[in-house]
Amino acid sequence: MSRRALDRVQERFGGQILETNDYLGDESITVAAGDLPQVLEFLRDDPQCDFKLLLDVVGVDYPDRPQRFDVVYNLRSLDQGQRIRVKTRVAEGEAVPTASGLWHNANWHEREVYDLFGVEFSGHPDLRRILCHHEFEGHALRKDYPIEKGQMCYTVEKLLPEEAVLPGRETRHEGHWNAEGGWEGAPGVALADEIHSDYLPVNIGPSHPATHGALRIEALLDGETIVRSEAEIGYLHRCFEKEAEDHTWHQIIPYTDRLNYVSALTNNVGYVLAVEKMLQLEVPERTRAIRVIVSEMGRIMDHLVCTGTNLVDIGALTNYWYTWNAREYLYDVVERLCGERLTTSYTRIGGLYRDLYEGFEDDLRGALKKVEQGVQDMMALVQRNRILMDRTVGVGVISAEEAVRWGYTGPCLRASGVAYDVRKAMPYSGYENYDFDIPVGENGDAYDRIMVRIEEIYQSISIIRQALDTLPGGPVQADDRRVVFPPKDEVYNSIEGMMNHFKLVFEGIRVPKGEGYGFIEAANGELGFYAVSDGSGRPYRVKVRPPCFPIFASFTTLIQGSMVPDAIAILGGLNIVAGELDR
Amino acid sequence: MAEIAWALGKILFMLVFVFTVLVVMIWGERKGSAFIQDRIGPNRASIGGVIRLGGLVHPVADVLKLLFKEDLVPGAVNRFFYTMAPFVVMVIALVTFAVLPFGDAIYLGDKVIPLRIADLDVGILYLLAITSLSVYGIVLAGWASNNKYTFLGGIRSTAQMISYEINMGLAVLALLLVYGSTRVDAMVVEQGQLLFGFLPRWGVFLQPLGFVLFLTSVFAETNRTPFDLAEGESELVSGYNIEYSSMKFALFFMAEYASMIVAAGFISSLYFGGWQVPWLDTITLREHAGTFLGVSLWVGAVFNLLFAALLWKRYRRERGLLGDRRELEPLVLGIVFFILALVCLGAVVIASPWNLGEQGAAHFATVVQVLSFILKTLFFSWLFIWVRWTLPRFRYDQLMKLGWQLMLPLGLLNFFVTAAVVLLAR
Repeated sequence: MSRRALDRVQERFGGQILETNDYLGDESITVAAGDLPQVLEFLRDDPQCDFKLLLDVVGVDYPDRPQRFDVVYNLRSLDQGQRIRVKTRVAEGEAVPTASGLWHNANWHEREVYDLFGVEFSGHPDLRRILCHHEFEGHALRKDYPIEKGQMCYTVEKLLPEEAVLPGRETRHEGHWNAEGGWEGAPGVALADEIHSDYLPVNIGPSHPATHGALRIEALLDGETIVRSEAEIGYLHRCFEKEAEDHTWHQIIPYTDRLNYVSALTNNVGYVLAVEKMLQLEVPERTRAIRVIVSEMGRIMDHLVCTGTNLVDIGALTNYWYTWNAREYLYDVVERLCGERLTTSYTRIGGLYRDLYEGFEDDLRGALKKVEQGVQDMMALVQRNRILMDRTVGVGVISAEEAVRWGYTGPCLRASGVAYDVRKAMPYSGYENYDFDIPVGENGDAYDRIMVRIEEIYQSISIIRQALDTLPGGPVQADDRRVVFPPKDEVYNSIEGMMNHFKLVFEGIRVPKGEGYGFIEAANGELGFYAVSDGSGRPYRVKVRPPCFPIFASFTTLIQGSMVPDAIAILGGLNIVAGELDR
Repeated sequence: MAEIAWALGKILFMLVFVFTVLVVMIWGERKGSAFIQDRIGPNRASIGGVIRLGGLVHPVADVLKLLFKEDLVPGAVNRFFYTMAPFVVMVIALVTFAVLPFGDAIYLGDKVIPLRIADLDVGILYLLAITSLSVYGIVLAGWASNNKYTFLGGIRSTAQMISYEINMGLAVLALLLVYGSTRVDAMVVEQGQLLFGFLPRWGVFLQPLGFVLFLTSVFAETNRTPFDLAEGESELVSGYNIEYSSMKFALFFMAEYASMIVAAGFISSLYFGGWQVPWLDTITLREHAGTFLGVSLWVGAVFNLLFAALLWKRYRRERGLLGDRRELEPLVLGIVFFILALVCLGAVVIASPWNLGEQGAAHFATVVQVLSFILKTLFFSWLFIWVRWTLPRFRYDQLMKLGWQLMLPLGLLNFFVTAAVVLLAR
């Protein structure tokens, strides 16, 4: 990777760049808040930079500094294959110019920073709290907010304004949203206008069979057409990031299980890779291969759950059992592997909880056969099913360009035709050694999203088989006493070993001062962990980039003008996992 | 007086039949879906810890549970209509049965008692009239509950019923042309003959397109998947019945199955010969009654023995596995089957050769025909379950499109072609 982007930006802006950095291969620049919009716009539109994808907006709090907040924009270029971080510093009460005009998903990411840090964004169209409730006082991720202080919410937030219920505006029955956010197509006449009635406001969720978790959509219905809708998330918010600051690096692993609880194994891998990157730690080949195997298992389970439940939402109940039975066989293997089914906590920094058990390979190969069988059964029922195709083809269409602007990653982005997969684009943990394809959809509709996921299951099965065939022997823990416990023999029989063990347990791993961004291709898309270490045993800041957060940000736009059943079908296909959405 | 007694008897038979099949259907729904979905399904409820009957005890337990649950009524409902709605649905599902012939007739000397409850000349119109009333129950439930989701469910249901009634009516009209009668029993009698000498003259062979239209409309009328929009579990939470609990909910639940049974009965009566046994008309049945009875008793004996042997084997194999009284179930059932086998054998040995006499032969034929009707109805009831666990759900507008843009023209085409053929063949 060249430093093209860094050079280009320096060439263009020169003195406006306050600082550059490429610690651990992560390029970052610091600019003044006022310069931020033009720098970001240049980075996005310059053909040699081409940072079309905004991954995340992160806030970091340094109470001792006069400009106490860092606001970090994580960017990714799809064509040029590079990443960059753009940082700016602001003091309390200062505002950062918003980037929501450049990327659609910046809207929600900036709301999150506003919510948790109290950083204002000037020009932001809708600066409200997002993860914490509307009665919350203070900002939870500030260092001076006490970690044990919870706040209860006693009222319901009204999402849509009263006057929106009144008729008299055109509804959009036929057409689509263009890149500028405008409507293309014939404006229809609202049914409510014809019969002299108001629109019907309906709460879909937080407790609704199709929300699979807890999220709330307040929709305004004209007949059954959704005229306008507003989403509210945060019902499962437990401030994982605040918890992480209070734990040692190792103790965070169980928390990562609970992010995307459907594929906990993959999350475990993502987190330890980020920390190992900051430690510049090499793990043995065997560990790398096993991590590939377990993260692909996680991906298969996640896709099985997503497609199964999506089909249930469309009314095809039987497929659910075909996929969940298959997943059950995988869960049996997972249970034997790490003693838990859902909350696996299998990886450790510098290795794994333990090596594979005797007979793992046979068990897994058997389970994979069952998965293939289950998926085939399901496909026989739905692949060419006329009703299913009517329900999903052309429903919830999002173009490649729009998907990128919304910050889509993973199967949802690939369903729109963008062949971006972190495993291919920036291989980690030895993915470059395996032969697999990236399935890509054509239309970016609900049907494509189902089919991309199904094909990815087959690809994952193939990766696991290759990894099993070439699984190297050897230890699974890195030989580095900074992070890995000494063998029990040494702990009991030598004072050095005992002290080493003691220090690791009580003080935790000391990650060198600095910051790093670790990323993997999780089942839903790019899962990133942005970590800041101050050199103590605990992280100064850990920020998760949950793949479904920007995807869900686009939901209300996707369902505009479609019917309630369509909205449900779309929601299932986006695979929103509330545990990771709300953190 | 005797007339009234017979009528009451027939009504009682029908009610017992519907509620028995209803229990079997709920069991079939749960166990059948489990079979389709690679699950085990309900198998826990038992009588005395012994008899489980593969989950057949569960519906009884369900009903008992629902009977004893608290009957919650939300504060903002319109109490009168809210309470009325489940009864409307249930009553309408049951009264449709009045014109359904479940057998030929009972012949007592020169007295003939036809096996249908109401002797209506306009039987088929009665069917259309009553089924269109059933939407009222759902609409009332949806509106009176004062809940947006139930309201949407009610609206969906109205539009759906109105659209599909037309298609159902068109399919039935074509049948009227073919059979030349509005009486359901006359239609069933017509279907006793043979077509081209080898095919039963069933409605499905005379009206294949009409049958498909009728079947689809009936699925829509009974609110079953793929037309279960009024319920739409994943969209409208549970549709029109969200606010109902306890036995009121159970009434909706049972009415759905009752109307499915009625629909299955009408499918078999209008298109599959009703109580007619294919290739065996009443006269043949009566002539060879003795032979048939003997053969069926032999077959019954053999099968009962086989079941008894299998259950005994299972009892031997599984003894000690569960460690409680459930193990006794195969033994108990095996003994029952063994006794049945002995009864069959005894009947064959003692009373053979059979001479039923004219009266007995007539009764025998009637019983066989009623059984034929029950079997056909059960099969079509199973079809409802089968389809539900196979297909996804339509969207509201697609359902309308299918009804008005595809089925209505097809129904009209079918009607006019049938009319032309009937006219030319005359």
